[in-house]
Amino acid sequence: MIASNDWLWELDGWIVLAGILCAISASLVGNFLVLRKTSMLGDAISHAVLPGLAAAFLITGSRHSLPMFIGAALVGIFTAAMTQWIRDSGKVDEGASMGVVFTSLFALGLVMIVRAADTVDLDPGCVLYGAIELTPLDTIPVGSLEVPRVIITMGLVTIVNLAFVIAFFKELRLTSFDTFYADTVGFASRRVHYLLMTLVAITAVASFESVGNILVVAMFIVPPAAARLLTDRLSVMILISAVLGTVSAVIGHWSAVALPRLLGYSSTSTAGMIAVISGVVLTLAIAFSPKQGLLPRYVRGLRLELSILRDDVLAFLFRLQERTPQAFASHDHVSASLRANSLLVRFILTRERHRGNLVYGESGYRLSSTGNQSAVNLVRAHRLWEQYLVDQTGMDSNRIHEHAERFEHIANKQIRDDLERETQYPKSDPHGSPIPKESE
Amino acid sequence: MTDIPLSISDLTVAYHRKPVIWDIAVNIPPGTLVGVVGPNGAGKSTLLKACLDLIPVTSGRVEFFGKAYQEVRHRVAYVPQRESVDWDFPILAIDVVAMGLYRQIGWFLPVRKRHLQTAQAALDRVGIGDLANRQISQLSGGQQQRVFLARALVQQADLYLMDEPFAAVDAATETAIVEILKQMKTDGKTAVVIHHDLQTVRDYFDYVILLNMRVVAAGAVDEVFTNENLQKTYGGRLTLLDQATEAMRRREIKT
Amino acid sequence: MIASVLFDAWLRTLTLQDHNTRVVVIATTLLGFAAGAIGSFTLLRRRALMGDALSHAMLPGIGLAFLVAPALGLQAKSLPVLLGGAVASGLVGTFAILLIRHQTRLKEDAALGIVLSVFFGAGLAILGLVQQTPGGHAAGLESFIYGKTASVTTYDALWIAGTAAATILIVVLFAKELTLLCFDDSYARARGFSVVLLDILLMSSVVMVTVVGLQAVGLILMIALLVTPAAASRFWVNRIIPMLWLSAIIGAVSCLGGSLLSAGVAELPSGATIVLTAAALFFVSLLLGTERGILVRWIHRRSMRLKTDRQHVLRGLYEIVESYRFKNLATDSSRPGQSSKNQVSRSFDGEESAFANHESLVSIVDLFSMRTWSKLRLKRELKRCQADGLIKMQQETVCLTAAGREAANRATREHRLWELYLITHADVAPSRVDHGAERIEHVLEPEMIAELEQLLPASSTRSQVPDCPHSETDSIAGDALPQGLQSRGVR
Repeated sequence: MIASNDWLWELDGWIVLAGILCAISASLVGNFLVLRKTSMLGDAISHAVLPGLAAAFLITGSRHSLPMFIGAALVGIFTAAMTQWIRDSGKVDEGASMGVVFTSLFALGLVMIVRAADTVDLDPGCVLYGAIELTPLDTIPVGSLEVPRVIITMGLVTIVNLAFVIAFFKELRLTSFDTFYADTVGFASRRVHYLLMTLVAITAVASFESVGNILVVAMFIVPPAAARLLTDRLSVMILISAVLGTVSAVIGHWSAVALPRLLGYSSTSTAGMIAVISGVVLTLAIAFSPKQGLLPRYVRGLRLELSILRDDVLAFLFRLQERTPQAFASHDHVSASLRANSLLVRFILTRERHRGNLVYGESGYRLSSTGNQSAVNLVRAHRLWEQYLVDQTGMDSNRIHEHAERFEHIANKQIRDDLERETQYPKSDPHGSPIPKESE
Repeated sequence: MTDIPLSISDLTVAYHRKPVIWDIAVNIPPGTLVGVVGPNGAGKSTLLKACLDLIPVTSGRVEFFGKAYQEVRHRVAYVPQRESVDWDFPILAIDVVAMGLYRQIGWFLPVRKRHLQTAQAALDRVGIGDLANRQISQLSGGQQQRVFLARALVQQADLYLMDEPFAAVDAATETAIVEILKQMKTDGKTAVVIHHDLQTVRDYFDYVILLNMRVVAAGAVDEVFTNENLQKTYGGRLTLLDQATEAMRRREIKT
Repeated sequence: MIASVLFDAWLRTLTLQDHNTRVVVIATTLLGFAAGAIGSFTLLRRRALMGDALSHAMLPGIGLAFLVAPALGLQAKSLPVLLGGAVASGLVGTFAILLIRHQTRLKEDAALGIVLSVFFGAGLAILGLVQQTPGGHAAGLESFIYGKTASVTTYDALWIAGTAAATILIVVLFAKELTLLCFDDSYARARGFSVVLLDILLMSSVVMVTVVGLQAVGLILMIALLVTPAAASRFWVNRIIPMLWLSAIIGAVSCLGGSLLSAGVAELPSGATIVLTAAALFFVSLLLGTERGILVRWIHRRSMRLKTDRQHVLRGLYEIVESYRFKNLATDSSRPGQSSKNQVSRSFDGEESAFANHESLVSIVDLFSMRTWSKLRLKRELKRCQADGLIKMQQETVCLTAAGREAANRATREHRLWELYLITHADVAPSRVDHGAERIEHVLEPEMIAELEQLLPASSTRSQVPDCPHSETDSIAGDALPQGLQSRGVR
């Protein structure tokens, strides 16, 4: 734990770097877990490798990394294979077979550790929730620099994962998208799958003892999920997920040190806070993602509503002036006739006046000549749609108005011309109103 | 107008803001067998689901016997598509049929012997009474369809909505279902059936709805089921309408 | 000496003489029973891992409750307070899962994983604070993660028992509705059952069981109690209600066996032992289950394969003999004035059997070339046929016995009936018929044969073997449906 109240780069720098390496290595492979709809496999494998670790301890009697990696990788592959075997041969739901396999293996690991407690110093809590805060304590000299062992391990794993993703990018993309097709064109999707699982296991176990289980599970899923909301391209998604993971690691550690102090405590679990921050990042993505986000979607809807209202206002004034060329319409008259929110109508009227589409006179508003031109095309579209719907769908002419109302807003010149052609250049709409000529 | 079993007016349904069915308006006369016919993607299943409140309706109104569906649920029976459930589910044929009675049995109360007898009678009626104690995955496709039909039958409803009951069933099942439909008609009941096979429309139904996003034609088979109307139904979609719909979806207009 | 002491300890445990052991064992057994029962529904609703996510999501609630309770004047360590916190954050987690699934393009699995890891991270962060409070270190909150069956007090046991009883009550009362929900939720909705309400009922039952289970077996292993017994019981039964109770019993037995074992053997953590017991029961079920067990299915497949091989051999022999007959007839039929077709069919009608004479001696090489099968498999099957008295083998030739002829007639007849049925009723192109028949014929039941015979007017006599509908000889009869080959021996 960090006893000091200050941020020490010699210590915290290494911790943040460990977090970043964990985030990048995990999210590199995590993208494919999320895309393959097997996100939970990351969680399952990272619990299930426990007996592999325990066996490595028991056999070698030490906490060397290599045997641990081998043990974990073997059990990781075993977990993936076993899950698939139970699913296929026992016709058990995938989630359930995963649940059975990983809980059994985890329990087995616990028993092994407890049984071996006399000979090996191995605490399940330490294995699972390994303390990232201890990163700077265990160092290996590299040249003149004392580099924490964790950094070297995680760095290696990151490089391996990166190489894997770059080398097999094409195969991974294909097999994640369409397993059956990948098999038919000769990519052994099964082999790619198990290779991926091996890396998931290795990443999990490397992170396990250094930064903790929960952090790696979060980094497998959360940054890729957030990236999924921000882009549609796989390569960009991988990049974004790595960046978001890095950001979570930095802010996460900072808030683990700084935030509790606001409440009068000293620092808290860095791994936990990194997971929380990644959750916050995901929440922000859900809310603000330009395409998918809830808020942008809401704003787009609102803007669309306004532009529709604007069209309606212009068209309304056009029809009014069609009947009484000298007419002005008051604000109340417009909002009452359109049955629209009075405030919004006032906003539109004012804005369009500033844009020069409307002129304000003694008793209200009327179209300016520029306003008239845009209104002509709107009304033209509306009436052409009415004609088209009556012609082509045989709808009752009493009911078409509502639909035409919706369509008129999206009729560009191309569609208007197509409509005119398909309805054989009519002079008037089904209600007998004239269809105005296209204005420039 | 309370004797009209199903009255749809101005019904529009959008999936992901893309309209699937448009402005449907149909009144179904009582005691008829109604076929709903149209190409793939014409919105046939959507129409049934929208009537039953299973998917949100964008606009329009649906009335059963002059009332909202919630008030007359017991008079309306629904036969979903066979693919809609997991046939590996651990349940016997007779238990599935008894599900039709759950509403009648009420919350908390268990299924009793007499309910199972009713279910057995319904299975007998569709001709697979001897398979009552089979697990449903051990039934053939046609037999599974008959189980669904039996589940609707136990309800003693007045209106039956069936989603492609004839899809991929054997000849014996098809005959059995047609027999049941005829019996329903004699009893003055109404059935609305989504149907794929144009050859048999004239034999099975006396009223037909030709659907392709909108109602192309609806009425007695003799008058409506004409080559001209079929041409309109199957002769491709309205390209401009499609374009507009697509543009609308992109701009997320709430239809 | 030592052995007898150990034995005494075992006996004390097994007979539940120790008060605390008794309480713990009874409570966990009840817990296993309830979790097994409710777990069958979550399994069938395909939400098996929901319990995993929810149990992780409870940790921050437990920690927060511990931190906040003193400020509200409540005892921080009291179980109801902690459980209240757990339920609250479990429900928040459920809500977050639903939100992610419905409002974004992310799928269910990602939603579960996100909630699991982020909530658990928050839990760890909060526990980091709890440890700094006075008494927080000894709060034993870690036991929620790993479970400490031995630390369950009588008071805790009462809570566990009460919750288990409530859950079982829910299962009993709503068995019918929950079944409907899991089997066909859109039908349930159409019939006016509120799917949302039922889902909430199911999920809150899971939350309840998980909350009390956290203490006994721990967070990660609690999922095993929800998933494993349910998955195991599915191998034995085909009906949901029996499956439910069997799952409950498997859960109870796992807990009972596991906690007894761990109480009797030193250094065997109870939670893990319970889970391993459940896993052992699962694998036994996977192998031996009477409905879907691997062994049963293997035996079934094997007998099917044997039946198939037998029929292939018999039909192969029949067809070879038949082809010999055609050849002979074709050479005889060059008499003028009559078309060979008519003559062929007429000659056949006059015959008593296709196996009337020496031509029924068939060489194994010919038989082997009839289809793509392995020589070994064919030889084995021929030996079995010989053992059953259907054929006689002499060196490289095979000859059907009387019983063999009868069997060959029947097999060929069924096969061809089925092909005819496919052609006349299912619009299957004749060229594809044989393949379909290969597979389906072997599962034909006698009633189905009778049905086929009724459907096929041309083969109204039960003893007929109709012509192969897609061979080169299909022009024999001239009519739409071929004339049959007469054969004796079949009823």
